[in-house]
Amino acid sequence: MAKGSIVAGCLAPHPPHLVYAENPPQNEPTSEGGWEQLRWGYERLRESLSKIDHDVLVLLSPHWQTYVGTHFLGIPHFEGLSVDPVFPNLFRYTYDMNIDVELSQAIHDKAKGSGLAVKMMENPDFRVDYGTITTGHMVNPAFDKPLVVISSNRSTHYYSVEVMQEMMMELGRVTREAIEESGKKAVILASNSLSHRHFTTESEVPEDMSKEHIASHAMHLWDMRIIDYMRTGQAQRILDEMPEFTEQAIAESDGGGLTWLLSTLSVPDYPAILHGYGTIIGTGNAIVEWPCYANEGDVQ
Amino acid sequence: MNGSLVGSYVVPVHPHPLLVPEQNEGWGRLRAAFDEARDAIKDSGADLLIIYSTTWPSIIGHQIQADPNPQWTLVDQDFHDLGSMDYSFNIDAEFAEAWNEANHNRGLQSRTVAYHGFPIDVGSVVALKLLNPDNAIPAVIVSSNVYANRSETTVLAKACLDVIKKTGRKAVAVTAMSMSNRMFTEFIDPSDDRIHSLKDDEWNRKVLEFLEEGRLEDVAQLSRTIHQQIRVQKVVTFKPMWWLSAMNGNRNNLTGRVLAYEALHGAGGAVVQLDPTSTGMGDKEYDEDDVEYYRGERNVLDAEEDSAESTESLTPSSGPALWEPPESKGAVNSNAAPKPVGMYPHARQVGDLLYLSGVGPRQPGTNAIPGGPIRDDDGNPIEYDIKAQTRAVVENIARILEEAGSSMDKIVDVTSFLVDMDRDFAGYNEVWAETLGHYGPTRTTLAIRALPTPIAVEMKVIAKI
Repeated sequence: MAKGSIVAGCLAPHPPHLVYAENPPQNEPTSEGGWEQLRWGYERLRESLSKIDHDVLVLLSPHWQTYVGTHFLGIPHFEGLSVDPVFPNLFRYTYDMNIDVELSQAIHDKAKGSGLAVKMMENPDFRVDYGTITTGHMVNPAFDKPLVVISSNRSTHYYSVEVMQEMMMELGRVTREAIEESGKKAVILASNSLSHRHFTTESEVPEDMSKEHIASHAMHLWDMRIIDYMRTGQAQRILDEMPEFTEQAIAESDGGGLTWLLSTLSVPDYPAILHGYGTIIGTGNAIVEWPCYANEGDVQ
Repeated sequence: MNGSLVGSYVVPVHPHPLLVPEQNEGWGRLRAAFDEARDAIKDSGADLLIIYSTTWPSIIGHQIQADPNPQWTLVDQDFHDLGSMDYSFNIDAEFAEAWNEANHNRGLQSRTVAYHGFPIDVGSVVALKLLNPDNAIPAVIVSSNVYANRSETTVLAKACLDVIKKTGRKAVAVTAMSMSNRMFTEFIDPSDDRIHSLKDDEWNRKVLEFLEEGRLEDVAQLSRTIHQQIRVQKVVTFKPMWWLSAMNGNRNNLTGRVLAYEALHGAGGAVVQLDPTSTGMGDKEYDEDDVEYYRGERNVLDAEEDSAESTESLTPSSGPALWEPPESKGAVNSNAAPKPVGMYPHARQVGDLLYLSGVGPRQPGTNAIPGGPIRDDDGNPIEYDIKAQTRAVVENIARILEEAGSSMDKIVDVTSFLVDMDRDFAGYNEVWAETLGHYGPTRTTLAIRALPTPIAVEMKVIAKI
């Protein structure tokens, strides 16, 4: 069996507003558009990924929040209705997705072997979280490739960002190992925003873009700093500054996704591609791709 | 109608007592406590269950469930291996809509949700399935806003009480919450369950001791400290105690009972009953502001525009225009008092006497009415708090006197006007006794048909300089 590989790693945020603005048939509410900068960014990401052969999408979602270990969807198929508990007016989505249980189990087993608390989720009544669905939709609206879905362990809030990073660096390492041993080509998706201070009011027309902007200048500065590190191949600095970034920007990196992503990519020192940046109800969101296929010698 | 809160309960959020009570003796005792609470609620004659759930976080203000019959199968995100929870609930959508409106009347951001498949949270599902298994009592569920502070949470409770009183309901308030919420971060055998740490256990027992003594307001006052000591930070705070305390009038003399306290995967789970019946113990002074309206930072979308809108929402749009008080001879005007509704000064000095124009409860700057207006913009009567209005009147009087170089102890005579003597005299009289009554002015109280703005009380004062 040929060695598997990670062909791309992506920061792929999940605000349901993006699905709402797309008006896909799966989503019941309809809109007049909005958040185009980000949606065009996702278009560019999809275009880029369409040129890279890959078998599976491996996704960590901050909206499947687990306090007791890290969990993996462990059933081959999920379908149903997802209603966002925070923005039910925007997101009522009928989903249908396949899970690569074999790869999920492989990552699970390796993580367990390295001392992480892990569990396979095998209850058929389980409802997939809207973060997974949103990122899954924006990256691959046809849902025609299987997913590995990993929960977000809330170790940042139990302990500290430093503990979270230790755990997610290890989870990233074993994720990479499992992918390589699987013989599959994988795209890695960290489904999180950057700065994460929301507006607490919603305009009458949610997609009224005259109301949309970053929550504060400080949040903007942090987002630009992190994006600059991404674009200049300085992933290690992101990890180094993760505690300050997470605290001061109230960043969704608290869920571990960004650290895990950078770890699966072996902390890349090559530039990432910024496909788009924009705000959603005040939070900062970047769509970023690390083109591993072009930068890692053993990736074909 | 004269509705009231007939009971309050604290219940845990994790699904173990519902799904697998037999796997651990403590989980079984929690289940038994749920059953005892269920029977007590039934015996109380309650006709409404109100659930405030910490496992339903919201961002855009508070959300209130308004689907009359939500149905789904819930699986816990962590404890999915314990089984599935089918639910079908009887939600009082009419009350939910009225509460939402009452929230808006008190300056809160709020909305109802009524969508098929809306994910009702695990805390609410566990509470309703165990406390109200046959759906005999209609329920409402409200979210826990992640950004809400004490003021917002307190006002949320007061808006709920507005509707309870207005509709004559006999309500039971339930907070679905953990005590300490630090779980074990690894998987454990059910037989090994215990409170995560001795420190968490000690704090839990102290909090429960307070509750058993009926000292709910003390627990609310300690909410921030408790959160810092025994709670995993972010999102889920100890704020339900602010809500529950405000629902009970911020009292320390309730009748409390701890029905059970056990570990749930390391977190502290307790079933506590709080009866509004006074223990007879003396109540304590309330330490923080007793907030009636929420005026917090909710205008991040467009500060200037929304600020104007929020003020308007507290102020009768149909009311008379406001005037700058004239600087006539002997006039005394204060920037710290509300603007008059006609061309007259706040007071006028003649010799060593000061004659105040009629003083109402409107607030300077915002024009908001503490205790709420007596009617909405369409002229429909709404619930208001006469004691809060009366206190605000007294405060405005004090400001004008201070501007004139006088003081409360120099008040000679007061004429009070009430628009609803039958309803309001007792409350007005109580505040009088606490404030102006101490200074001994003569007083005349009149019932009148209306005042120019939607207020219930106004006072005309003569004082010495």
